[in-house]
Amino acid sequence: MAYSEKVIDHYQNPKNVGTLDKSAKNVGTGLVGAPECGDVMRLQIQVDDAGMITDAKFKTFGCGSAIASSSLATEWLKGKSVDEALKIDNMDIVEELNLPPVKIHCSVLAEDAIKSAINDYRVKNGLEEIKFEESVVH
Amino acid sequence: MLKLPIYLDNNATTPMDPRVLEAMTPFFLEHYGNAASRNHPFGWEAEEAVDYAREQVAKLIGADPKEIIFTSGATEGDNLGIKGIYEMYASKGNHIITATTEHKAVLDTCKHIEKSGGEVTYLQVQPDGLIDLKELEAAIKPTTILIAIMYANNEIGVVMPIKEISAIARKHGVLLFTDGTQAVGKIPVDVNKDGIDLMAFTAHKMYGPKGVGALYVRRKNPRVKVTAQMDGGGHERGMRSGTLNVPGIVGFGKACEICMLDMEEDTKRISKMRDHLETELLKLEEAYVNGSREHRLPHVANISFKHVEGEGLLMGFNKNIALSSGSACTSASLEPSYVLKALGLGDDLAHSSLRFGLGRFTTDEQIEYTIKAISETVLKLREMSPLWEMYKEGIDLSTIEWAAH
Ligand SMILES: Cc1ncc(COP(=O)(O)O)c(C=O)c1O
Ligand code: FES
Repeated sequence: MAYSEKVIDHYQNPKNVGTLDKSAKNVGTGLVGAPECGDVMRLQIQVDDAGMITDAKFKTFGCGSAIASSSLATEWLKGKSVDEALKIDNMDIVEELNLPPVKIHCSVLAEDAIKSAINDYRVKNGLEEIKFEESVVH
Repeated sequence: MLKLPIYLDNNATTPMDPRVLEAMTPFFLEHYGNAASRNHPFGWEAEEAVDYAREQVAKLIGADPKEIIFTSGATEGDNLGIKGIYEMYASKGNHIITATTEHKAVLDTCKHIEKSGGEVTYLQVQPDGLIDLKELEAAIKPTTILIAIMYANNEIGVVMPIKEISAIARKHGVLLFTDGTQAVGKIPVDVNKDGIDLMAFTAHKMYGPKGVGALYVRRKNPRVKVTAQMDGGGHERGMRSGTLNVPGIVGFGKACEICMLDMEEDTKRISKMRDHLETELLKLEEAYVNGSREHRLPHVANISFKHVEGEGLLMGFNKNIALSSGSACTSASLEPSYVLKALGLGDDLAHSSLRFGLGRFTTDEQIEYTIKAISETVLKLREMSPLWEMYKEGIDLSTIEWAAH
């Protein structure tokens, strides 16, 4: 299968690979997927007092599209407020990266990782966990 | 100068040897007769060429030319061999024994037989990919008519103990079918020394053309017969109707002849490159060979690079190196290779594997390039892998509760 240029670019030059201190109170960590499924994504956000995401990092075990999806997600997260970040939809990622149908689940994983990171941040800061609909694409 | 891309997927198919193409060419434009045309020189030439090819093919596997049935490839040979026996020997029994790591052409044929009332036992393999002979013998019952075990596996290259298997089959009066696709032409295969009753193989895995293969069917001790799966003009002694693919068959014959002549030399050269590739790649941390290294084809290596995913890994170099991965995260199913899983590999290791299939035209230079490209990509992806980070921190990944999928 041929990958889109944008996927290749993110794969070759991934943005924001790395690790934030997951014990820090202003860091939210989302770890989604499973090794058995061939994809594990860890996405982290760092939030300032005003609720703005000042930094985002990822590490991903998975195919090129999963790596590209998480790389793109971190780019989009930086500079957004947590509330804005909640609005990132996996189909935006699909569109931006030109993912073919068999790769949609890679983008779903990225969306799940964002939400899971936000929830981790919320819980750490005494906020209520947001319930999301189960994504069914997996 | 190194020419890219490099082809290391010779288990999927091999390039044709130019000598094979040369032998085939006249049979498209000049000698285009139908081998079944008895009344004119075009037919006679074609028949003569087919007869000669039949001898070349038979010789490679130590068979009599009359025991070679030309087919369209190994898939057809697997179908004809297994279904053909099931139908022909219906009065003797309906039980077949095979293994879980067989090619789909065998497994799906067996499933078809189960649907039509047959009984199939699927033997598990041991962690090295070989079947347990005691288990095989224990699975035989009075209704068993056939054992279908491949000679060598297409994903991990392990070579089954065919002589021992045939001895067990003989002892119990059961026939032995083997899918010889990956072994014939690469390692010595002799139907008599090995005690094989039926064997499917194909030209395009041994530097011949695609779309042509053969089913070996034993004619003496015992005389074996299969029920035809295709009705028609009664070609190939009634076992396989259809106008013979003369150019393909000529190429197949030539490919067999070359394999026979060059096998020793090829094996020496190729296994040296394979061993070098393997040694160098195993210098990476947490890299493992899948399947028996002792009982293995000389040109195959299947290696898992833990904590990197196969498809992501391939993407790092697949513009330049043609390889395949045991990870199947691409397709509708997220299941990794059933062969690797059958070895007892966790899904994570199965998802992390690459299959190297070297061949006659592989060069040292290509191997050096490959070692470098793969090592670099593995290291780069591990830097990006959360699993690698956890592993390095000493976290036992099996203790983590992964999100349900
Ligand atoms: C073990 C085995 N059996 C059967 C086949 C099918 O061969 P063919 O492509 O000639 O139908 C293959 C090739 O993929 C194979 O590796
Ligand atoms: S992670 Fe499964 S195909 Fe992308």
